[in-house]
Amino acid sequence: MIWKEAFECAGRDELAGLQGKRLGELVSYIYDNCKVYRAKLDTAGVKPEQIKSVDDIKKLPFTTKEDMRDNYPYGLFSADQNQVREIHVSSGTTGNPTLVGYTKEDIALWSDVMARCLCCAGAEPGDTVQVAYGYGLFTGGLGVHYGALEMGLRIIPASSGQTARQLKIMQDFAPRIIACTPSYALYMAEEAKEMGIDTRNGNWKIGVFGAEPWSESMRVEIEDVWNMLATDIYGLSEIIGPGVAQECTYKEGLHIFSDVFYPEIIDPQTGEEMPEGRDGELVITTLTKRAIPLIRYRTRDIVCINYGKCQCGRTSPRISKIKGRTDDMIVVRGINVFPSQIEHVLLGIEQTHPHYQIVVDRKAHKLDEVEVLVEVDQKMFSDEIRKLEELRGKIKKEIESVLSIGVKVTLVEPKTIERSMGKAKRVVDKRSV
Amino acid sequence: MKIKQISVFLENRRGRLYEVCSLLGENNVNIRALTIAETESFGVLRVVVDKTDEAVRAMELNNFTANVTEVVAVEVTDEPGGLANVLKVIAEGNLNIEYMYGFVEKHGDKALLVFRFENADRAVEVLTKNGIKIVGGQDVKGL
Repeated sequence: MIWKEAFECAGRDELAGLQGKRLGELVSYIYDNCKVYRAKLDTAGVKPEQIKSVDDIKKLPFTTKEDMRDNYPYGLFSADQNQVREIHVSSGTTGNPTLVGYTKEDIALWSDVMARCLCCAGAEPGDTVQVAYGYGLFTGGLGVHYGALEMGLRIIPASSGQTARQLKIMQDFAPRIIACTPSYALYMAEEAKEMGIDTRNGNWKIGVFGAEPWSESMRVEIEDVWNMLATDIYGLSEIIGPGVAQECTYKEGLHIFSDVFYPEIIDPQTGEEMPEGRDGELVITTLTKRAIPLIRYRTRDIVCINYGKCQCGRTSPRISKIKGRTDDMIVVRGINVFPSQIEHVLLGIEQTHPHYQIVVDRKAHKLDEVEVLVEVDQKMFSDEIRKLEELRGKIKKEIESVLSIGVKVTLVEPKTIERSMGKAKRVVDKRSV
Repeated sequence: MKIKQISVFLENRRGRLYEVCSLLGENNVNIRALTIAETESFGVLRVVVDKTDEAVRAMELNNFTANVTEVVAVEVTDEPGGLANVLKVIAEGNLNIEYMYGFVEKHGDKALLVFRFENADRAVEVLTKNGIKIVGGQDVKGL
């Protein structure tokens, strides 16, 4: 079924009219309520009354991750904090994390788009969903939860981890839908096999997998081992969390709910619009958000877009799976990792600037692993193994506390980390995504 | 009476020990004593050589992380209980040993051991006071 047929199947002109109207209202609202944005628009020389159609969006300035960080915590909010009902925080590159907030209307929007996602993946009212995304400051768990509540599913808020218990829940309560990261789905399959569970006869029939990049071959593997339909969901906390775009059962791109999240694909260098079908950076304007609406937010995710009507009947444009990033961010088990975070830790520990490299790997049926290679320089070195091991342990502990994710730290010899143009290559992503 | 030991950081990679030893050979540096401590992923090579400065320079030029530590070379009678006698003095003197290893060659009819003490100066003092012979840098070179 299609949750909001009126929007998801609207004709392109009809949709453009709605988007234009919403964009005009949004810009007026932000201009009147957010000093930072008002200054930004004034600098760009744009007044709200100049925004008459959705094409006028090109007159508006972009919003970046730096804008969010520079105006932490509340600078980009358009709503008063007493109107905010929930906040979520994600780890930042350096210093400030990213704070997002939701008014009551925003929670309703989140519930609505997540309900659209679950429907899009094939859920029917009355189904049971096992939510194995983390609940808490991470948007994954609660986002899916709200959507499931909205569309009338029975929710098992399992949160992440505790694999044996996840599998027991799957067996005992027969959830037809599982929502988690794709690598966790494979990890659970491996655990299940060890426990003697016949995964192909498991209860999960639909997977809503996201929060990390994954490949088509991984999809084939998941679908095969669990005998289920594995769909991709896209979202980011700055926009709303999960619920920005979702694959339908035809799995030919992720439907982006453009009546509320207006997408543009741009050349990340020039900012110019890319032609349909060509790769570029996804830029999103939150047409109806209230607490912290964003104008032309640069996601740094590289995708292409398809405006053609889908076999499922939806006209909402489809974005491809994420093909890359315009920055060096990597996503591991739903956690955003920036090399600069690791740089800061190392700087803090030894007062030196050692060369390092982050290696992300996804071994068959295992969770993504992060290894941090650190070149041992004169200052860090000791003839005593114990001191070197202590140093290694300290680096590991501090990186883990900053990233909230387990890492392996390996000390390596100087000049062994690959350099290009004299600069060390910071990230090696061995996952085939 | 302390002598100099060079420590070198080595990854657990095939041929790595060969590379460092052949580098020493090329620079006409002779190894007097050697030991390797290892963990799962890396090791530390500790060597006493005849030409410490030359050895360190060569290593640094070749991107090895190396440092110089002061250790104490102690003569031990080559007979049952020889080492125990020395260790007794060390224990009673409350000296902390970080690690120890043996020289390749004997010093006359005595065995020669390298001790890395927490406090090398105090170790020299205690050992000397108890009549235990410590071998200096010049003697090591002449081995």
